[in-house]
Order: sequence, then C-alpha cells, then structure tokens
Amino acid sequence: MDTLFSLVPLIVFLPVLGLLINIAFGGKMGEKAIGTVASAASGLAFVVSVLLGVALWAGGGAEHVVPLAEWIRIGTLNIPWTFRVDTLSVTMMLVVSGVGTLIHIYAIGYMHEDVRFKNDVGRYARFFVFLNLFIAMMMILVSGDSYLMLFVGWEGVGLCSFLLIGFWYEMDTLGRPSWANSNAAKKAMIANRIGDFGFLLAAFTMFWAFGSLQFGEVFGKASQIAAATPGVILFITLFLLVGVAGKSAQIPLYVWLPDAMAGPTPVSALIHAATMVTAGVYLVARSWPLYSLVPNAQFIVALVGAVTALFAATIAAGQYDIKKVLAYSTISQLGFMVAAVGMGAYVAGMFHLITHAFFKALLFLSAGSVILGMERGHHHLPHHEPEAGHTEELFDPGDMRNMGGLRKQMPVTFWLYIFGTLALAGIFPFAGFWSKDEILLDAARKFPAIYILLTIAAFLTAFYMGRQIWMVFYGKPRHAAAEHAQESPKVMTVPLMVLAALSLLGGLLNFPGIDTLTNWLGHTIEAAEGEVALPAWLAVSWGGFNPWTALISLGLALLAIYISWLIYGRKPLENGQKDPLKQPFGFIFTALERKWYVDEIYAAVILNPYVAISRFLADVIDWRFWHDWFHEKVIAGTYNFVSKTVLDLRIDQQFIDAIANGLGNLTRRVSGSLRRLQNGFVRSYALAVLFGVVIILGYLLLK
Amino acid sequence: MGVLGGIPLSGFLAVSAILFTMGALGVLIRRNAIIIFMSVELMLNAANLAFVAFARAYNVLNGQLFVFFVMTVSAAEVAVGLALIVAIFRSKHSIDVDQMSSLKG
Repeated sequence: MDTLFSLVPLIVFLPVLGLLINIAFGGKMGEKAIGTVASAASGLAFVVSVLLGVALWAGGGAEHVVPLAEWIRIGTLNIPWTFRVDTLSVTMMLVVSGVGTLIHIYAIGYMHEDVRFKNDVGRYARFFVFLNLFIAMMMILVSGDSYLMLFVGWEGVGLCSFLLIGFWYEMDTLGRPSWANSNAAKKAMIANRIGDFGFLLAAFTMFWAFGSLQFGEVFGKASQIAAATPGVILFITLFLLVGVAGKSAQIPLYVWLPDAMAGPTPVSALIHAATMVTAGVYLVARSWPLYSLVPNAQFIVALVGAVTALFAATIAAGQYDIKKVLAYSTISQLGFMVAAVGMGAYVAGMFHLITHAFFKALLFLSAGSVILGMERGHHHLPHHEPEAGHTEELFDPGDMRNMGGLRKQMPVTFWLYIFGTLALAGIFPFAGFWSKDEILLDAARKFPAIYILLTIAAFLTAFYMGRQIWMVFYGKPRHAAAEHAQESPKVMTVPLMVLAALSLLGGLLNFPGIDTLTNWLGHTIEAAEGEVALPAWLAVSWGGFNPWTALISLGLALLAIYISWLIYGRKPLENGQKDPLKQPFGFIFTALERKWYVDEIYAAVILNPYVAISRFLADVIDWRFWHDWFHEKVIAGTYNFVSKTVLDLRIDQQFIDAIANGLGNLTRRVSGSLRRLQNGFVRSYALAVLFGVVIILGYLLLK
Repeated sequence: MGVLGGIPLSGFLAVSAILFTMGALGVLIRRNAIIIFMSVELMLNAANLAFVAFARAYNVLNGQLFVFFVMTVSAAEVAVGLALIVAIFRSKHSIDVDQMSSLKG
C-alpha cells in the first residue's frame, strides 16, 4: 500500500502534462481532442487522488509525507519540496480534481459555443491550458507540506484566476470592446495581493518564531511558543486571516469576487465557487493547531465569516445578473465556512466546503447553460440590419429581467437548477441541509450571536434563490430571446447530472450518527471539543445534527421560499417592470442593488485618494520638482556651467588644445624638413645607401 | 705561389675593388636603368672575383660554393629586374630612373 503514496507527485504532474500537450499541439488539434486531453489529465489526477484515499483508508488514516526534491536551503531554513498526504489534503484533492474534471467536460461544450459567440475560435486551447494549470496549482496548494509550498500554489491559483477572469480581456461581459474584463482581472489580482501581504507577514513571523515553515515542525512547537510568547501566535493567525479574507473573499476584501464573474462561466464555477476560494477555509483548517491556541483569533475569524455571510446574502437579494446573485451567494457561503472553521468546527466547515463545491458548481454551470440558451435564442431571432444612426439593441443574456418561463424551453437545466437551489437553500434531504445545519449547531452551542447572524443569512439564502428561480424559470418570457432559448447539449448536461446527484446525496458523507467525514478528518484534525454547559434542547444531537436547529433553519428556508413566491412567483414580473421590492423598501433596495455602495465607498476612501496621491507624486514631486527643477535646473545647470565655462573654455580650449596643436605643429615642421630627403631620385637613395655602408664598414674596421 | 698562377692575392683584390668601384659609380651616376643594372652585375661579379680569389688562396671551397649561389641569385634578379624595366618602359616610354619619382614626398 505504501507504494501508492509515492504516486502523489502525479496529481501535479498529470495536469502539467496535459497543459504542455495543449500548448505544444493545441493549435493543430481539434476542439474535441483538446478538451479530451485536458479532461483526461484532470480525470487521471482524480484517479490518483482516489488511490491515495484508498491507501490512507487502508493505513488507518495515518499521514504520509512524500519527499520529492530539495528546494530551499539557506542557513537554518530548510524547505524541501514535500507532499503531505493526510485525510485533509486528500479530501481537498478529491474535491478539486473531481469537481474540476466535471467542469472540464462541461467546458468542452460551453467553450465551443462561447468562442463562437465572441468570434475567436483560436482561444479554445488557451482556455484548457489555463484550466489545467489551475488544477496543478490547486494541487500544489492542498498537498504542500509547508506554508511556503502552500503559498506557491496560493499564488499560482491567483495567477490562473487573473488569467481566466481576463480571458476575454479586450471586451466587457456583453462582448463590447472595453477594458472592463481586464479591469475585473486586475481588481482580483490587487485584492488578492493585499491578502497575500498578510499571508507573507504571517509566514515571516512564523519563520522568526519557529525557525521553520514545515507544518510538522510549526505545529509541533506551537504550544511551546504559545506558552512563552502568546502574542506571536495571535499575530500569525490574524495575518493569516488577512490572507484568507483575500483569497476566500471575506469582508473587507471580497469586492473582487463579484467582478470575477467576467470570466467564462466554467471558470466562475471551478475557481470562484468550488475550489480556489475555499483555499482560505483549507488554510484555517490546516492551521488548526495554531488557531486552537488563540480563542480570540478564532472568534475574530468566526465573526468575519458570519458578518460576511449575512452582508453578502443581503446584496444577493438585490441583484439582477444571474451570475452576480450566485457570486454574492458564494461569498455568503464562504462566510459560513470561515465562520465554522473559526469556531473550531473544522469538520463542519470542510463538510460545507465539499457540499458547497457540488451544488455551487452545479448552480454556476446551470447558469452558464441558461446564459448560453439565451444566447442561442438571441442568435435565432431575425436580425435587422442596423439602420444608420441606430445602434443595435444591447442584449444581456445574463440579466434575469430578460428571462422568464425558461422551464419550458430548457427543462433539463430547469431541473438541475432546482436541485442546486434546494441544496443551497438547505432543504431536507439535500446536501446543503446537512452541512449548513452542522455549522448552525456549532454556532448555537458556542457563539449565539454568530448563530443569529448565520440563521438570518440562511433565511436570505433561501429567499434570493427562490427569487432567482421564479424570475428565471417561471412566468412569461420577458424577451424574445427567452422565447427562443434552446436546451444545452449532452456534453454540458451530463456532468451537471452527476453534480446534481452529488448535491442530493452529498449529505451522506457525514450523515448524523455515521459521521464518516468526522472520523475521516479526525485522523488529521484532533481539535478537542470544549465542554460547555448546554441548554437541554441544544444538548440533543446525533453527530452534528440537532433536531431543533435543523427544524428552525428548515422552517425558515421554506418560509423564505414561500415569501419569494408571494413576491416574485404569484405575480411574475412584466417586461420592464421594476422589482416589486423597490416600492415598499425604496432606498434600501436601491442600496442592495448597488451592493451597499461598497465599491463607491472603496473608491472614495481608498482608490481616489490613492490616485490623487499618485498623481501628486507623479506630477508635482516627480515631474515638476525632480525633473523640471532638480534635474533640469540644478544638475543640468551645474553640469553645463562646469563643462562649458570651466572645462571647455579654460581647460580644453586653452590648455589641452595648446598641447595637441603644439605636438601637431612640431611633427609637421620636423616632417617638412625630413621630406626634402625624399627627393624621388633613385640614385640619390643609392648614394645614401653607399654612404651608410661606408660609415658602418668604417666603424667596424676602425673600432 | 702556384695556386694563383704567380699573381699575388692583392692583385686579384685590387681588380675586384676597381670593378666594384666602377659598378658603384655606374649605379650612382648613370640614369639609364639598363646601364644601372649592368653596373649592379659588375658589382656582383667583383664580389665573386674576391670570393674565388680568397678560396684559392686559403684552399677552402666555401668561397667557390658561395659564388654559385651569387650567380644563381643574380640570374633570378636579372629576370625580375628586366621584367620590371620592360613594364616601366611600357607605362612611361622611358627607362630614365630620374623620371620614376611618383612616390616623392
């Protein structure tokens, strides 16, 4: 069995192999071949992950460390390139490669149409290269045995995120020429950079305090250091939280994730919902020995997560773009996970991470199917030649106000969407019900305030998902494109069916009483549950399940769906009608629509002052002061004075010229007199030779 | 003294010196390239005479041997020199060496 563990480098090398093939031959291969190579690379990585899981299972869950190569050795710092195979990392590998493979397959069909709607077929291969690169980087992130190796993957997935958000970099989401998409990519990069800065500070402090970045050594010394200098661990964990806020889109750095929807939909599903954004949750779960030592940091993490969960859920209720709703929903659900791992409920957090990967990938991909269906419908409309002076009506296939009644045109997508929605809303017996309730129960037991925040967020989740269902699939089509929308091909719907099945059955992973995942992760995470005196109703539980919290959340979810039906389902929106919530709630709803003006506030507080300072530095300090005054006047002026007046006029022209000219004149005069010897008469030369011979011979004879 | 037929070595050397001086004067005084050439030959042969005389007087073969070399070299020199004179005559229609002063400084 141990030989199976040596397979672990393959989870990185297989996707790299796939991307190399597509780089080298992508230009010559057909779309099917490109997609097959990429999907196979990801799929084989999944197979390897399964084998690793089996090996772990057989070995009783004991962790394995597989060294690959030496990497950094400077003084006392020694960081080898080592893979860590334990239940936590294998769980992440399975999610990443499993969901990743399904999304690869889906993308074969999705990108086939996307590159055609955007008129650049040549970009097909590039997409799969990036996707494979992402899988490889994510695998490094989850399998690394040190914070530095984790950071390599962390940066790598950030790069892939940047590349894929800006995949259609020269247009906006509607295909008009603009820099909107590339600006969204840059926004993601910069927000993540702020988070990475926190991560790096944490890593530096860790090296300073522990002398190592290896997980084993750091965790081994953690309690010792915590006893000696408790502030250090607090410092490290809080700076790690900054990194988590960047990568996992938590307040205050979440603003990049909604804009990241500029990327193609498979990217939104894979990177910005299922895998990359959960890296922060993984990081906290991985660092559990550190977090367990500082309850203050744990509470801050949990609070950030819970506030984010509620805050993003409110915004999601006011959005019209089908993907934007899901984006804010993702932020909200990530808040749930961060809150869970913050509370020390690592298993609940990981459980929600897994089920969320299933149903959010399902929802995003179904949304992609809806958007493409609308595109197809729009494509089939009779197009008038644009008359002079009239631009063609701008059509947004992702705007829910254009949709309506799509359950008739796209029945398969409709049912898939229903599955995803029920799972996300936490309806029994779907996966989200089990995982969310585990988090809620932990919150209720440990931090009642966070429990209340999360419960409201869960209520809003069900509400905005209900709103989306009614707006997209019920009522009458509000745009001609929705009337002519067409169902997506099998290559797209079949992976979705697999995801739908997982969304339905995912709860079995940690079914109350059997607790598979708890036992499985228990091999790696041994966080002790603090004994708290519980009220009677909370003390009842089977595993992570308590009937009362479950009933409350289920009841609220059903209530929320009912309310959403009252508002959006009973009287469907008419074409051009304003959102019914706009009337009673007025400016509050407008604020939701505008995302609580967070982007505007950031622009006013950070961006504009930053730009103003940069401009001041560039224009006034750099250009006027340094360039115009210091360089031009001071340096250039002094230089000119010295060179022209002193060096040129005095030294060069008067002194050095005199030497040079004197030498020249001397040479000319000497040569002028010598020249007379060269009179051109051969005989006089012969006479000179004769005299020379006579003189030399005379000297030799007479000496 | 039978070696030199009764004539003393100094006699040969005197003839050789006279011939050499005549050659040298010819080179310096005459302007006709061919005459100058002949004068150079005269100088060479004066040297040859001295070589041979010394060789007989001291009964060694080195001098005799050297004469052969001188004759060979002078033959080659004649060939090259005459060719040069012909080439110069073709371009200048004259073999007056005083007119060959294109390289005058």
